[in-house]
Amino acid sequence: MSEKHEDLVSAIVDLREADVARLVDDLLASGTDPLDIIAAGKQAMDVVGKQFADGELFIPELIMAGEIMKAISAKVEPRLAGQRSAKRLGTVVLGTVQGDIHDIGKGIVATMLDIAAFDVIDLGVDVPAAQFIAAIRESQAPIVALSGLLTVAIDSMKATVAAIGDTGLRAGTKIMVGGAPLNEQVCQYTNADGWGKDAVAAVELAKSWVGGA
Amino acid sequence: MFTDNWNDLTPDQRYEARMQAWFASEANIEFASAQARDAWRERMQMLRDAIELKKPKRVPVVPTGGLFAARYAGLTAREAYYDRAKVERAWLQLNADFDWDTGVSASASFPGELYDILDLKLVSWPGHGTDDDVEFQYNEREWMKADEYDLLINDPSDYWQRFYLPRIFGALEPWALLPRFTNMVEPAVQGNMFFPFSTPPVQQMLQTLLEAGRAAAQWRVACATTDGKVLATGKPFFNGGFSKAPYDIIGDTLRGTRGIMLDKFRQPEKLLEAMERLVPLAIDQGRSGVDISRLPIVYLPLHKGADGFLSDADFRQFYWPTLKAVLLGLINEGIVPWLFAEGSYNTRLAAIHDPDIPAGHMVWQFDATDMKEAKRHLGGYQCIAGNVPGSLLFAGTPEEVEQYVKQLVADAAGEGGFLLTPGIVVNEAKPECIKSMIDAGKKYGAAI
Repeated sequence: MSEKHEDLVSAIVDLREADVARLVDDLLASGTDPLDIIAAGKQAMDVVGKQFADGELFIPELIMAGEIMKAISAKVEPRLAGQRSAKRLGTVVLGTVQGDIHDIGKGIVATMLDIAAFDVIDLGVDVPAAQFIAAIRESQAPIVALSGLLTVAIDSMKATVAAIGDTGLRAGTKIMVGGAPLNEQVCQYTNADGWGKDAVAAVELAKSWVGGA
Repeated sequence: MFTDNWNDLTPDQRYEARMQAWFASEANIEFASAQARDAWRERMQMLRDAIELKKPKRVPVVPTGGLFAARYAGLTAREAYYDRAKVERAWLQLNADFDWDTGVSASASFPGELYDILDLKLVSWPGHGTDDDVEFQYNEREWMKADEYDLLINDPSDYWQRFYLPRIFGALEPWALLPRFTNMVEPAVQGNMFFPFSTPPVQQMLQTLLEAGRAAAQWRVACATTDGKVLATGKPFFNGGFSKAPYDIIGDTLRGTRGIMLDKFRQPEKLLEAMERLVPLAIDQGRSGVDISRLPIVYLPLHKGADGFLSDADFRQFYWPTLKAVLLGLINEGIVPWLFAEGSYNTRLAAIHDPDIPAGHMVWQFDATDMKEAKRHLGGYQCIAGNVPGSLLFAGTPEEVEQYVKQLVADAAGEGGFLLTPGIVVNEAKPECIKSMIDAGKKYGAAI
């Protein structure tokens, strides 16, 4: 692994936005394989995710790291010319449930899942059950993630889980729920398969469900 | 000025003057009965004792606002925001059926008609982006752009009038055409300054503002009428004003959650300077409400300083200093700040036990914070309040609620300085769980 690669990893971990941009430009100019740059980003985000899980980093750092990763993707992706980066772990259908329009937590989960090599179908906010069902049918996604912040979202999650169950799709997909009102008791109430307290927990849960933990 | 000699009074004398005015409001209440009057007096004293860290006769059991009243009466959110007659019936029924120690104010119902007229874009509500039965929710956007800090810092009032308000109220868009009012310094220039008032968009805006004023007055009179009836049954009100932490003023609705978090990395000095600029305005906002209502408490919901939203070092650098300045400013005016720390504050307890703030002058209401730890850090320093979880009131059983309250009183009520409240603004809950919370609070709270 090159010194520049190491520099890039630590610049991302330290959230030095300007340094990251410069290093990526330098690496691309010197002919580095764009996939190596993406690998460096993933390596850095593993560190960021671990520090978050350990309580050393917090939501602003996750958001900033996500911004930095998006900027890297914007520079690197035009050079990928259709190559798929590394192995993908599976598809996650994600959305904030009907009645709730909060998107920040969901957005962080989407970013972290993407960086962790999941393909994310983000349905947005205030998503009706029928829209989740259509997306699961079309994508055959093994994982569905329901987000919500309000208490009203709890009943909406329960209704969405039930509607997915009614279609028979639960045999091939697992459902996770997340957001401020969630705990074990509330998760059981919704009949979901699992819950996570934050984006890192969501990624861990998703990995365990596809056997990639 | 609250009294003629206000500037000569010490903060403690100001506090006493506000407390006396609150208690003297008894003369203006037409109580339904002598029992109602006696209950009012007893509850007022319990609240004051708890705030002053004394042992009250019993732990006061205090509600939070929210749409629970509407849910309980079978109203949709839309009805709660628009149908004043239904709101009155719902809120009176709630206050009659649940024996809280203070009233639940009808002002928790949002003035829907007013926001229709103003074309409010800051939130979505029934008929405007959410279903009829879902409460209003904020639209997170960068209402203030990342490169506008200097405009805000140079003249916050002008920034509000000509940039922020025209963005969040469609009806106020033409305000952006008006001049900065501080430009009107000489008769020689004022003629030109008034010219924009002649333009059709501005004239239309002024007409709309007249309508908005009428709608606001109707809403306010309706709320005051309902609250007056609740007051007559012997349930006091205490919230007289509203304010916010400067970090939340910027993070909630100017820059948004994401915006402020990125600013903390990209332009920390500007963020800090802007927050300092907002301190006197936040103090004034709280004080002006309390002066008019003559209720001694200013409510400050705290959002983006909770556990997980900032590191401890960033909390101490970015969140706490300007909030503390607001608190000291309010206390200097004899006001009791009531902080509602939404989320959890477990990692903040050491930082908020700040020796610069005098003891017995605030209420810290907690949500998901460990109340035993809160008592350990803040006991004997400030009154704490909390924290029956929303999830328990929603998905639990009355027995589980009773057990929670029993443990909570044992952990947090000893030696006084404690109020029993829900941990959240209650929108959805089982009525039997709310009843259990009140009954348990009175049962176990009598024995402290």
